[in-house]
Amino acid sequence: MLAVRGLTKQFGATLAVAGVDLDVAAGESVGLVGPNGAGKTTLFNCVFGQVRPDAGTVELDGHDIGRLPTWRRARLGIGRTYQRLEVFPELAVRDHLVVALRVHHRGARLWRDLLGLGAPTREELAEVDSVLDAVGLSDRADVPVAALGLGACRLVELARAVVTKPRLLLADEPSSGLDEHETGELARLLRSLQLARGMGMLLVEHDLAMVEAVVDRVVVMDLGRVVASGSFHEVMGARAVRRAYLGAP
Amino acid sequence: MEQLLGFAVPGVPYGCAYAVFAVGLVLTYQTTGVFNVGYGAQAYVSAFVFAWLVEDHAWPVWAAFVCAVVIVGPGLGLALDRFLFRRIPSSNTTAKIVTGLSLLVGIPALLPVVFGNQNLVGAPSIVFNPDTVYFHLGADVPVNGIYLSAVLLTVVMLVVLVLLLRTTRLGLEMRAAVESPRLLELEGVNARRVTATAWAVCGLMAGLAGVLLAPTEVTVQAQDYVTLMVAAIAAAAIAALRSMPVAAVVAVLIGVVSLTAQGYLPTSSFWYSAALPAFPFLVLVGALLFVPGLRHLDEAKDPLSSVDPPPPPPAARARRREVDRLVRTGFFVLLFAFVASMLTWMPPTWETVMNQGMAYSVVFLSVTLLTGTAGQLSLAQATLAGIAAFTAGQLAHHLGLDFLLGGALGAVAASLVAGLLAIASLRLRGLGLALMTLAAALLFDVAIFPAQAVSGGTGGITLKPGWLPLNLFAPNGHAYFLVVLLVLVLCTGGVALVQRGTVGRFLTAMRGSELGAAGVGVNLPWQRVLAFTLSGALAGMGGALLAIQQTVIAPGEFNYQLSLAFVVIVVTTGVGTVEGAIQAGIGLVVVQQLMQYAPQRLQGLTFVLFALGALAYAAHPEGIVELEKRRWTERAERVLTRRRRAPATPAVTGRP
Ligand SMILES: Nc1ncnc2c1ncn2[C@@H]1O[C@H](COP(=O)(O)OP(=O)(O)O)[C@@H](O)[C@H]1O
Ligand SMILES: [Mg+2]
Repeated sequence: MLAVRGLTKQFGATLAVAGVDLDVAAGESVGLVGPNGAGKTTLFNCVFGQVRPDAGTVELDGHDIGRLPTWRRARLGIGRTYQRLEVFPELAVRDHLVVALRVHHRGARLWRDLLGLGAPTREELAEVDSVLDAVGLSDRADVPVAALGLGACRLVELARAVVTKPRLLLADEPSSGLDEHETGELARLLRSLQLARGMGMLLVEHDLAMVEAVVDRVVVMDLGRVVASGSFHEVMGARAVRRAYLGAP
Repeated sequence: MEQLLGFAVPGVPYGCAYAVFAVGLVLTYQTTGVFNVGYGAQAYVSAFVFAWLVEDHAWPVWAAFVCAVVIVGPGLGLALDRFLFRRIPSSNTTAKIVTGLSLLVGIPALLPVVFGNQNLVGAPSIVFNPDTVYFHLGADVPVNGIYLSAVLLTVVMLVVLVLLLRTTRLGLEMRAAVESPRLLELEGVNARRVTATAWAVCGLMAGLAGVLLAPTEVTVQAQDYVTLMVAAIAAAAIAALRSMPVAAVVAVLIGVVSLTAQGYLPTSSFWYSAALPAFPFLVLVGALLFVPGLRHLDEAKDPLSSVDPPPPPPAARARRREVDRLVRTGFFVLLFAFVASMLTWMPPTWETVMNQGMAYSVVFLSVTLLTGTAGQLSLAQATLAGIAAFTAGQLAHHLGLDFLLGGALGAVAASLVAGLLAIASLRLRGLGLALMTLAAALLFDVAIFPAQAVSGGTGGITLKPGWLPLNLFAPNGHAYFLVVLLVLVLCTGGVALVQRGTVGRFLTAMRGSELGAAGVGVNLPWQRVLAFTLSGALAGMGGALLAIQQTVIAPGEFNYQLSLAFVVIVVTTGVGTVEGAIQAGIGLVVVQQLMQYAPQRLQGLTFVLFALGALAYAAHPEGIVELEKRRWTERAERVLTRRRRAPATPAVTGRP
């Protein structure tokens, strides 16, 4: 479904992403691991159009999406969470999901707002509430996100990303800043959401236990390149990976 | 050649004045992370104190210099850091710009009130005597002390600062404190102290610039400071806020090119009257559109900030239902009483005041929508109001069109201009966008509004009774009141509906996080253009109403200063809600009217009051009126809760 070919991005003297090829099949969960600065977030940014790559192509279902702006890519069915939170602090939790759903709704028109018809429909609210239920945020649905802690904010981002039923979810270090228990919960939640919705998923994660629990296949990056790929256990045994992580020769 | 020199050389002191400030802007940005347009105000304070001590108190020049430059300058810088900028989260661009602007607007207006009127032209010169001609360039281009002081100051300041930043440990630490205070702390350096030092250094430089430039007559009047700052901003922008030498060279060129062109162009031509004064603004527009670094000016760079939770909530929104009902009933009672009073016993003076306040409120709703909801800072709202007023005036003048209808068409024109402005600046955000709108406002001020075809020249357009169907002008005819009331109610309702509807959610999302909003599929460019267009229409409607009220539409009426004041006033009272706009409008005119009864000396203080109020914005982004309202409702809630002995239920669960 997602096909990345020869993706390259350079920042000044740093080659953040150096000719990466990557595929994610429909409904497949792929882990993307690698040390800090390996270029994982930059890869996400390029795939999602938030950074313009210097070279390479990004295709979704065979269509080149490499020149589309981010919002068009999102409407084509890519959802994303961020390593640095990108929530809307003054909106309530529920409104985050409403915004995401309304984007796809033809009723999102100024004149409808002016006639007082801008409220979300009953189906939309039901959809929103079922997702909030799934991530366990129902009790805080009306709280402005600014009043929530980091863990809840990560859940809000996740809920906001999946409520539109994307075909591909890009999750960037969803567990960073969470404790061990929260991370375990999040891993279970991610896997069940991914399976239930049949989403393709690309997960960047440092917590290897979580990666093992959530993904079908692992890709390892170091210094902007893919250095290994395969099943979790194959990859963790590979020398290149040990070198990237541990500095072993 | 001789002639060229004769025209170009007088441009040098201007260029140097721009350069000193441009370098100061780059310095402040590099060492504190703040694009401080209040830098001009800081310089003005030192210049003012210096002249005041020497002239009114007969201090020796050296003592006044030490006091104004070495004590007041850094002291003011430290105070700005301690009480203002330190409190603003680095990501809150609007707060940073508004704070800088209110310093720029407020301080020069405040000082003459505090110290009595002061003529800085007579300020003594420190280094060279301004009137002595030291030598001639070529055959007969005299070079006097003004030129020498300006050049010497610029060169010395540039060299010292470049050395400071590039070669000293302090310079390195200051830049690091901007990049990532936390990384610096990991190195065992107190980042706060480094930032405070940076502010003191910037204050010292601003003070030096102010005192040394004061006698050169280039920079003395308070109102000159903004134009000066714009030229400086243009130069700093071309240097992408990075290189001080580039900024200095560009600034000098702006001064020299302006004055050379002024010498050659025939004084009666369009180029002389319109294009020339607009030159620095055009340079700024060009820089904003074409210098790549400026698009990402205020993106947070700190690699360690990813673990930050979002800032704490500004205010719990949920109110108890009883309080809500009480507030709503109270509102309608008040509204009814107000309308009844306006139609019966209100004295004409106060009816006029209230009418004006309501017309302002319509304009202010444009700020509510654009800044409060969409998070876009525009410094051209008064310009948009003016566009509608002049359009209506010209339509009435040439076609005999009814002024109300013309006003509506004018609002359409204003919304188109706003939309075009938004489209032109789609790549800019935050600071860049604010500067772009400021440049647009200044362009209209100097090049478009004064044109004969727009405003009928300096006299402006005087409204004729035949242009309006009703006898709207009569102070107690009430017709004007009813028209303004109707427009205000419709606009208030419209903005409130938009805020509550889908578009409002999209705009609030965009304000919260552009990445996040685009990431769920919100078409940001379109939302931005939409917000600007709507806000242009609101500003235009308000502008047309203000024009009816003032009966003369003068070219200087809708200037950039008014735009700055608008933003500052609305932000002070409360930019998040439609009530905020109405409170701001009424508050402004009531304060203005009350000032009429105050001693002569205090009359310039209206804008100062609001400007200083805006400084509270740093601590309370919801605005002071909103803050007080929240405090009062909380008090009311407590009383109600106690009476009913019900267990208190906190509206919002705090962070664990
Ligand atoms: N906007 C940027 N400007 C300059 N350098 C960047 C930028 N974004 C990332 N980098 C650099 O690119 C490299 C890869 O970063 P990143 O993609 O964030 O890595 P990861 O997510 O794997 O930790 C790092 O060296 C980082 O410093
Ligand atoms: Mg990363």
